[in-house]
Amino acid sequence: MSDIEIDKIGLKVGLEIHQQLATNKKLFCSCSPMESEDYPVKFFRRLRLAKSELGKYDPAAVFESSKSKLISYSANPQSSCLVEYDDEPPHSLDNDAKATSLIIASALHSDIFSEIHVMRKIVIDGSNTSGFQRTMLVANGGYIEVEQKKIGVQSICLEEDAAKLLKDTENVREYSLDRLGTPLVEIALDPVEGTPSDVKKIALTLGRLLRVTRRVTRGIGSIRQDVNVSVSGGGIVEVKGVQQLDQLEGVIMYEARRQHGLQLIAEKLKKIQFDDLTKENTLDVTSFFGNSKSKVIQKSLKDGATIKALKIKNFDGMFGYEPYQGIRLGKELGQQVRFFGIGGIFHSDELPNYGIEKEEVEQLRKMLKTEEIDGFLIIAGSKDKIEFAIDAVINRIKDAKNGVPAETRAATPAGETVFLRPRPGASRMYPETDIPPITISNSELEFAKNNIPKPWDSAISEIQTKYNLNKQLSEQLFDSDYLDLFESICTNKANNPNFVASILCSTITNLERRGLDATLLKPEHIARSFELLSEGKITKESLEMIYESIMSVKIKSVEEFIEKHSSSMSEDELGQFLDDLIKSNLSIIKKQGNHSSSVLMGMAMKSLRGKVSGEKINKLLEMKISKILEE
Amino acid sequence: MSDYRGYEGKSLEFLKHNKIKVGDTVKITTNSDNVATIMPRYEHGDDQHIVVKFKSGYNVGLEINNIKKIEYISSIDTNQTKEPSTAKPKPQLPKILLLSTGGTIASKIDYRTGSVTPALSAHDLYAIVPELDEIANVDAEVLFSEYSENLTPEHWKKTAEKLDSYSDSDYRGVIVAHGTDTMQYTAAFLSFALAGFPIPIVLVGSQRSSDRPSSDAASNLIAAAKFIVKSNTGGVFISMHNSESDDGIACHFGTRVRKNHTSKRNAFETIGAVPAFIVKQDEIIQNSKSRYFKQKQYTPKINVDTRAALVKYYPGYDPKLVRDLISHGYKAIIFEGTGLGHIGKNMYDVIKEAKESQIFLGMTSQCHDGRVNMAIYESGRDLLHLGITPLSDMISETALVKAMWALGNTKDGKIDRLMTENIASEYTE
Repeated sequence: MSDIEIDKIGLKVGLEIHQQLATNKKLFCSCSPMESEDYPVKFFRRLRLAKSELGKYDPAAVFESSKSKLISYSANPQSSCLVEYDDEPPHSLDNDAKATSLIIASALHSDIFSEIHVMRKIVIDGSNTSGFQRTMLVANGGYIEVEQKKIGVQSICLEEDAAKLLKDTENVREYSLDRLGTPLVEIALDPVEGTPSDVKKIALTLGRLLRVTRRVTRGIGSIRQDVNVSVSGGGIVEVKGVQQLDQLEGVIMYEARRQHGLQLIAEKLKKIQFDDLTKENTLDVTSFFGNSKSKVIQKSLKDGATIKALKIKNFDGMFGYEPYQGIRLGKELGQQVRFFGIGGIFHSDELPNYGIEKEEVEQLRKMLKTEEIDGFLIIAGSKDKIEFAIDAVINRIKDAKNGVPAETRAATPAGETVFLRPRPGASRMYPETDIPPITISNSELEFAKNNIPKPWDSAISEIQTKYNLNKQLSEQLFDSDYLDLFESICTNKANNPNFVASILCSTITNLERRGLDATLLKPEHIARSFELLSEGKITKESLEMIYESIMSVKIKSVEEFIEKHSSSMSEDELGQFLDDLIKSNLSIIKKQGNHSSSVLMGMAMKSLRGKVSGEKINKLLEMKISKILEE
Repeated sequence: MSDYRGYEGKSLEFLKHNKIKVGDTVKITTNSDNVATIMPRYEHGDDQHIVVKFKSGYNVGLEINNIKKIEYISSIDTNQTKEPSTAKPKPQLPKILLLSTGGTIASKIDYRTGSVTPALSAHDLYAIVPELDEIANVDAEVLFSEYSENLTPEHWKKTAEKLDSYSDSDYRGVIVAHGTDTMQYTAAFLSFALAGFPIPIVLVGSQRSSDRPSSDAASNLIAAAKFIVKSNTGGVFISMHNSESDDGIACHFGTRVRKNHTSKRNAFETIGAVPAFIVKQDEIIQNSKSRYFKQKQYTPKINVDTRAALVKYYPGYDPKLVRDLISHGYKAIIFEGTGLGHIGKNMYDVIKEAKESQIFLGMTSQCHDGRVNMAIYESGRDLLHLGITPLSDMISETALVKAMWALGNTKDGKIDRLMTENIASEYTE
C-alpha cells in the first residue's frame, strides 16, 4: 500500500463558507440569538416529506424521512418566538442582514440580483422546525484575490442558521432553538486545483475579508467551512461542518485518499459480474442465529431485531480490499446502514469473527448457496428499518462500480469524513410563499459599494498605529475571536494595549492548547478582569489563574475567584488572631462562661468577614474558650 | 393555464418576442452565461423582471434590461402529474367520507400569485396522508374550493344538504376539510341544521399548508379519522392541534369552539371547558360525558335566513347603526355586550324601536369566557325589561349562526324559544 500522489489524481476543491452575521437579530424576526442554559418551552413535532414545485421529491429528503424520528424542541423566549416555533409566519427580511450581504457581495465583485426570491430548502432532519431552511441567492460570479491569483466566486446566499442539535437517540432527536434563524452568508467558490494548503490559504483570505467588514460574528461556530471535493472522473462530494481551519487540510487529504481509493475499488469491480443483485438475494436468518454465541448478534436479537443475509456473486475479497489505509467498501456500507439506526454490517471478508464461528459461516454459505468466490453480508435491525437499509446497501454496492458517488458527508473531529445523506438536487427548493420577492434598490447598491471595507493589510496597519502594536501581534489579534473585545477594553486607556493583546492572543490560546474549554470563558469575564486589574484589585499574574479556573469549570465568575483568593488566611494566622482576641477579653470569658463565645464571635467577624468562613471561626473559638474555662 | 402565468407588460412582451414560455429551459446571458428554467411570475410583481430557476434550485428575478441574450434549450412540464392512488379498499375497515370545501388544509402553492391557494382535490389530500389507508376506506369528494373567508351561509346550506344525503349511508362518519378562519361558523350551522345526525361530522383544518414538511394537516386528518372510527359518538366536532406539539389533537364541540390565535397550530379552544376529546397516538381521552345533540332523532332543518346581525357594543357606539339594521329589515340582532351583558343607556331608545319592529334581540358577552347575567346590575335589569333575551354562555358567533338558522326555519319570525333551547351543546349545563 503506497500513499497517494496528490498531484496526479485531478483533485479539485471548492470551498463553501458559512459566516454568521453580527446583526444581533434573527433573519426573519427580531429575537436575538443567544445561548441559553434553561429552556422553559418544550414541544414535539414530526416532519413529513413534501414535494417541490416541480412535483418531485428530493432524494436527500426521502432519505431523511425514511429515518422518521420524533423531534423534540427546547426554546427560551429570550432567543426565540413563534416564528422559530413555526407557529407564526416569518416577519419581513431584516434590513441589516440584507445590507451586510450586499456589502460582502460588492467586496467580492459579485453581480447582485435586482430581485431576490426567498426559497425553502427542504431539510427534514429536524434542524429547522418548518422542515425547510429559508435561503436566498443574492449574487452570482465575482472573485477573491489570493496571492495575486483570482479565485472565482460561484454564488452568495443569505440564509437562516439551523437549530442546535442537543441529543440524538434512536427514536428522538433533540434541538434547541437559540441559534435557529440567525443570519448566515454562504459564499461558494469555484473549485480549484491545488494542494490542501492552498485551499487553506483561500479560506483564510476569505475569512479575513469577511471580518474586515466588522459586521460578522467571531468565535467558535460563527464560521463554518464546507468543502466540495472531487477527483477526476468522480462525483462531487460535499463535506459539511469543518469548524476550524486547521481541520481543513486533513479532511481534504482524507477525501482525496478515499475517493481515489474508491476508484481503484471500482476498477476491480468492473472486472467481475454481480449486476443481477436484487432484494431477492436476501434471506431471513433470524432463527438461524438464535443460538449464536456472538454477543453483537445476541444483543440485536434481544432488542427484537430481524437478521438478514445478502448474497453477492463473485464478491469474495471485495469488501475488505484496502487500496489505501482505512479505505474499504465494507466501511462505506457500514456507514450507509448506520444512518438507519443500525449498528453496522458483517461481511464475508471479515468472518469468522465477532463471535460468529467458522461452522456458522459454512452453514450460512450453504443456506445462501454461495460459491467460494461469492461474498455475503449480514445486517441486523428492527423490521421497519431493515428494508430501507438493505435497499441502501444494494444501491451502494451497484454504485461502487462507478467509483465515487456524489453524496454529502460530515467531517469528524479526527479529520475523517462519514456518510451523511445523498446529495440534494434542485427539487429540494421551492419558493417561500410567505415572503414576496425582495427588490434591491439602486440606493441599497450604492450604500453597499460605499461600504466595501478597506483591504485586510490596511486594517492591520491601522490597528498597529492606533494601539502601537507590532505587526505580528496585530495580525494575531485580527485573526482571533477577540478584536472587538480588545478595542472595548482599550477604549478607556486604563490598560496597556500591548499587554491586553498578548493576554488575548497568547495566554488564552495557550490555555486552550492545554485542552481547556475556551467557550466557557465569555467576553464579559475577560472585560471584567481587565476592569478589576485597572482598579488595582487583582494583579497581572492572577489573570491567567482566573481564566484557567473558568475554563476548567472551577469557578463561574471573576468575583468568585477574588472571594476565594482573598480568604487565604492560614490556620496559624487564624489561631494567633483568636488567641490575641481571647487574651484581651479574659474578663468577659470568666464572667459569662461559655456564653461569652457569641460576644467574641461578633468581634472576630468584624475583622475576618470574607476571609474565613464563620463556621470555622465559631468552632475554633468555642474550642479555645472551653479550654480556658477548664483550666 | 397560461404559458405566461403572472407575466404582463414589458416582461410578457419580452418572453413572447423571444418565443420563450414558462417551463422552458434557456441559456441566458447577462454578465455571464447561465442555464435556467423560466418560472411563473408573482402576480403583484413588476413587469421589469422575469423569474428563473437555476440548476441549484434557487429562483431569482432577472431584470430584462440586463439580459443580453436568451436562447431556447428545451421544455419541461411544470404541471404536476397526478399519481394514481394505490390504495385498494380493505373490506375489514370502516368507511369514511372526506368532503373538501377548501382552505389551507386543501391548498397548494400557486405560482401565479406566489401564495397558497385552495386547489388540492380531496383525492390529492388522501394521497398525501397515506396513513389514512390503515384506519379506514376513505372516499373523497370536492364540494367547493374556497378559502373559508369566502364561504357564505349559502355554502353552509349546500354542505348540510350534501351531508343530509349521506345520513342513511354505510359511512361511519364524515370529515369536512375546511379553512380555519370561519370553521366555527360552519360547525355551528351544521350542528343546528342537522341536529341528531346519526354519524359524527368532523371539521378539519390546518394552520400550516400541506406543502410544508411541518404541516399539521396530516396529523389533524389522521386524528379525525381515528376519532370517527373509535369514538362511536354523534355530533359535530372540530379537530385541530391541542398544543404546539404534534402529539395530541383536540376534538372540540362544534358550537363551543373559537379560533383564538391567528397562526398557532393550537389556535382553536373550547370556551369555558377542556376539549371534549383528545386523540393521542394510541388512545382517545374523553373529557365530556354529555351527549352533543340533545334530541336523539335526526330532524334536519336546512334553511337559513341571513337577516341576523352581530353587534359588538363599545363606548361611543352610535345607536343609528342599529336603526339602519331595523330599516334594512333585519329580524334578529345578537349583541356582544360588555361584561355580564350590558349596553349603554344611549341605546335604550333604539332597543325599544327594534322591539316594536318584532326583532329578536339576544345578549351575549364580548368577554372571552363566562356567562351573561343581566339580573346583577341596574342596566342589565333595564335591558331585560326592554325585552332583550340573555343567551347565557352561548358564544356570540354561535348565537348569530343559530339566529340565522332559526329565522330560516321559523315562519313567523318568533325565534325566542329556539334560541334559548339547548339543541347542540351550545349552552353548557
